[in-house]
Amino acid sequence: MASILTPPREAVDREVAAAISGGGRDARGLAFQTLLLMAMLMALGVLVWLLYSVIDGAVPVFSERSLGDFLSGRLSGSPTRFGVAQGIVGSFWILVFVAVFSFPLGVASAIYLEEYASDNWFSRGVSVLVRNLAGVPAVVYGLLGLFLFKGLLGSLTGGSSLISAGLTMAILVLPVVIITSAEAIRAVPQPLREGGYGLGATRWEVIRTQVLPYAAPGILTGTVLSFARALGEAAPLLIIGTATGLLTSSGGSVMETLRGKYTAMPMLVYVATKRPAEKWLPLASAAALVLLVVLLVANTAAILARNHFEKRRS
Amino acid sequence: MTPPALTVDDLAGDVRRVRRERWVRRCFTVAASSTILVTFAIVATLAVQAGAFLLDVEPSSLWADGWFPREGKFGLPTLFVGSFYITLIAIVVAGPIGLAAAVYLSEYARPRVRRTLKPILEILAGIPSVIVGFFTLNFISPQLVQRIFSGAERGNLVAAGVGVGVLIIPLIASISEDALRSVPSSLREASTGLGARKSTTVIKVVLPAALSGIVAAFIVAVSRALGETLVVTLAAGAAGGAELNLNPTGAGLTMTAAMANLATGSDQVTGVGNAVKSLYLVGALLFLFTLGLNLVADRFVRRFRQAY
Repeated sequence: MASILTPPREAVDREVAAAISGGGRDARGLAFQTLLLMAMLMALGVLVWLLYSVIDGAVPVFSERSLGDFLSGRLSGSPTRFGVAQGIVGSFWILVFVAVFSFPLGVASAIYLEEYASDNWFSRGVSVLVRNLAGVPAVVYGLLGLFLFKGLLGSLTGGSSLISAGLTMAILVLPVVIITSAEAIRAVPQPLREGGYGLGATRWEVIRTQVLPYAAPGILTGTVLSFARALGEAAPLLIIGTATGLLTSSGGSVMETLRGKYTAMPMLVYVATKRPAEKWLPLASAAALVLLVVLLVANTAAILARNHFEKRRS
Repeated sequence: MTPPALTVDDLAGDVRRVRRERWVRRCFTVAASSTILVTFAIVATLAVQAGAFLLDVEPSSLWADGWFPREGKFGLPTLFVGSFYITLIAIVVAGPIGLAAAVYLSEYARPRVRRTLKPILEILAGIPSVIVGFFTLNFISPQLVQRIFSGAERGNLVAAGVGVGVLIIPLIASISEDALRSVPSSLREASTGLGARKSTTVIKVVLPAALSGIVAAFIVAVSRALGETLVVTLAAGAAGGAELNLNPTGAGLTMTAAMANLATGSDQVTGVGNAVKSLYLVGALLFLFTLGLNLVADRFVRRFRQAY
């Protein structure tokens, strides 16, 4: 019986001796680690390849035409005149919608979820919905915009207009703002709140004077990241519709601009990529580069700021 | 001189403060219900419009060979096959790379290396899908995919799948890394104390302990790949319609690309009356698929949070 369950004594001794001596270098472990490192480098390599391709592709545009010419040019069917000015304006307006609607609404929802909500059906429901909304594909938000803002409210919004696009994007970004703000608020240490209550402050006074100032860097970082998302997202715009061929600027009041046709930075990349590559590849690259530079600056600033504040606190 | 006795009114606090407090609370509650409104709007839009389309359309046309909405052929299998290929290829590309990068960052990288590498991954995550789509069509497809598969077209499913894979690498890496780092170090120490090598500890102790989080990362990635639109619209090859195509090196159409093409074409072509409405049906299906996946992923995430 015992001979079946326990190996012979000498075999155990040999195994133990081998294990203790280690048998030289750990080749398998080293191979494993190299494999992991290679995967990591591959991910970085893709990033480098992408950035290099975009920059390399864009060089002809900036060498043959000046940077200012490309930045001030308008949507056009001619590769020598195509520029991104209208895309920059459109993207700017979309960001205005996001800032006006998503930011206050998102931060307020986050404050409710973290500071006010008791454990009841309403707050549990809201937090489940928020998490699921964040996972809904962007195209589906486009369908909502298509039906609601272009269809039902078309007479108010002007159809495929900046209002429709901006509101749709604001809805798309809202769950992201809520989640990141809620995380920042959750990270505020409890004693800070208790100190406030102990001094007789009401809940709102504690939130205003203790919680929000402490959570502000986190909230702002999250907001910048969600703005970047809105800036680069094209799927809902594709569904709602943008100008693709020519876009004459309305030149009228702000309201006319908002109700008029528009285009946005990611849509210009899309439009230029869709056209024949022989002539349009440099323009698509250049448009992509402009978008990338804006996004990378915003993202990097946000990430560095977050790391800075995290380090200072810990 | 005795001080005046305290009354209940004195403890009730300033009426103005109490009233303001009530108002603030009400405002925040209203703000939070905006998410309910949005969810309701999405579900209602999809349900009503997809329902209207289903009542209008002949059921057999939903199983036609090919997706040609303007000719009244709404072959959903065509789109399912395309979406399935894209998702599969994306996971095959991004799964190993993302997971390995996560293991490296969490178990091997020194803190300083980690602090430099992680933001770079986050930058990759921040690159918009339209740029990845541009990159896929003009670089990944000709320089990688067409070299390996000589018969591949310029826009093909493999290239688009690889492109989507590039997009989801950071997603898999960051969720998996969270899961790996939440494994308590006592488990690693116990394993090392028993004489296990580092690689043995990682493979036999840390990875199994983080399994539910890693599974969640993969499910979220599948959901994201299913919903990815721009890369597929630009790089999968097919425009307005597509035959049922089982060859991944050929052009194909996914659910998302079909919606994008239908919507961008709708201004020029009025076409068959209900053709445009079909995109709500596809959207509703996509919504249900991704919602189901996200709910399952949520389960897994909660499990690894609970375990430790």
